[in-house]
Amino acid sequence: MSKVMATTGNTAAAIGAALAKPQVIAAYPITPQSSVVENLAGMIANGELNSKMVEVESEHSAMSVVQGAAVSGARTFTATSAQGLALMYEPYFRMSTLRLPMVMAIAGREMTSPETVWGSQQDSISVRDAGWLQMYVEDNQEILDMIIQGYKVAENQKVLLPINIIYDGFFLSHLMERVEVPPQEKVDQFLPGYNPQHVKFNPSEPMAVDPLTPGDILMEYREDHLKAAHKALEVIDDVDNDFGNSFGRYYGGAVQEYLCDDADIVLVTMGSMTGTAKEAVNIKREQGIKAGLLKIRAMRPFPETKVNEVLKGKKAVAVVDRNVCFGWNTGTLFVEVKAALNRCDDISLVPVIGGLGGADITLNHFTNCIDLLQKTSDYKKYHKCIWFKKGGELHEVS
Amino acid sequence: MREIRLHGRGGMGTVKAGEVLVYASVKGANYGNSIPFFGFERQGAPVTSFVRLDDKPIRPKNQVYHPNCLIVMDETIQKAVNIFEGIRDNTIMVMNTNKSLNELDIPEEITKVGILDATSLSLEFIGRPIPNTIMLGAFVRATNWVDLKYVCERAGQLWGEKNMAAAEKGYELCEVHEVGENDGK
Repeated sequence: MSKVMATTGNTAAAIGAALAKPQVIAAYPITPQSSVVENLAGMIANGELNSKMVEVESEHSAMSVVQGAAVSGARTFTATSAQGLALMYEPYFRMSTLRLPMVMAIAGREMTSPETVWGSQQDSISVRDAGWLQMYVEDNQEILDMIIQGYKVAENQKVLLPINIIYDGFFLSHLMERVEVPPQEKVDQFLPGYNPQHVKFNPSEPMAVDPLTPGDILMEYREDHLKAAHKALEVIDDVDNDFGNSFGRYYGGAVQEYLCDDADIVLVTMGSMTGTAKEAVNIKREQGIKAGLLKIRAMRPFPETKVNEVLKGKKAVAVVDRNVCFGWNTGTLFVEVKAALNRCDDISLVPVIGGLGGADITLNHFTNCIDLLQKTSDYKKYHKCIWFKKGGELHEVS
Repeated sequence: MREIRLHGRGGMGTVKAGEVLVYASVKGANYGNSIPFFGFERQGAPVTSFVRLDDKPIRPKNQVYHPNCLIVMDETIQKAVNIFEGIRDNTIMVMNTNKSLNELDIPEEITKVGILDATSLSLEFIGRPIPNTIMLGAFVRATNWVDLKYVCERAGQLWGEKNMAAAEKGYELCEVHEVGENDGK
């Protein structure tokens, strides 16, 4: 039987990690992630979790420690946010290019400056091209479930890449809600132990790892890495299906559609804003507007084909980003969706930015946004960026 | 869906009180979520927390703008914050105050008021001016939206027996008044 509890997103992340039984954990506390590591340290101290916890002096060391452990064949876990992720960047990149699977939770936080500690997706978005898989979740149950699924995706022999499970700082990390905790035996059945074949330090069978590599060979590494990331799209869907069969919760894999089939207007969202956006879709449906929602779960690899299939033929689509894409005057997901839709010129595609630095994204924002799309769908190529302002207002920036 | 906004000051356990309500709702086989307003939390500074309760899964994970219940941990917070902003018709208010009902300025949207002097009671029962557990008991008395036994259970787990007893006292001593003309809706 699953245990039902009321818990925060950070505790859900810690419980998910513990159920996956990582052999080595190293992490450094940073707001809003800190209680993930505090919880895990508590479980180890209480004897509930048999993992080696390494206390480190920085995130750079945290990732370096789990990297060493992963090269030695261990299943590992860490978590961070914002400036911690930035400090971690050097070993973070190498984790993926060494093809070392692991799960790292990111409690998303705005990047300074101006000084801030509150929620955003700017931190994880800014490292989307470091070779990791990145998945964004909507609620605390999905945090727990995806950390377990994350290991199964990352450790798949066709993938062998590290994965970030990303949840909005404070909006989920500090949100308390009902979460079902699956029993350990069922998780053990779903997720067997990690047994790497491709790289493992073992004194009796010496192996050279990461020698200085000339460009023509390095390019083969990169080609394989890209292929594996592409392959991960199928694996994400398969693991979601397996998880659903075992635990009864299906998330849709790389994307989740909500009332998209007959929709003229679609909101594209990522993360904790999704629930509020679904409410707005329901309200507008009651008013006779054919609205729908596409939740992007996998940012890396980007589910280009699925996004195309869902949005093809729609009249107007707003892509809502809790981050900015510097240089494009839009959010980053917008740029990704636009790239995926490069042959769909007849869709009015509207970039939206909101919720930066812990600002709230509200029901009014989304209902106003659907109203705007309704007008937009009458004429094509509407492309001014909309900003969600305080009080539910929309503000156009050309 | 029931939406609650809690107003207090840093150090009164306002955010924790919201989490206890979610615990009690989930324990009662229902759903709930709570989220603090993210600001500059300091001892004595205004603190706001938001709670949603329902008998089915709750999608929104953001702040509450149109509550139908207010829990006011400190009456004087009104000097700093408009506690009535956005309230719905037939809102229930639970307030920590040493005033009587007649002395309070209550807008017409509020149709039920639970009052008690939770600061004095917390000094008496806990020995510190932390009114949250007493106010949670008062909330249950005024609303009956969660089960008192689960509130007491969680208060006991988090803060010990004195706080468990304090929640019971809050339930016992809260004066509940029907006000306005929209009674019973």
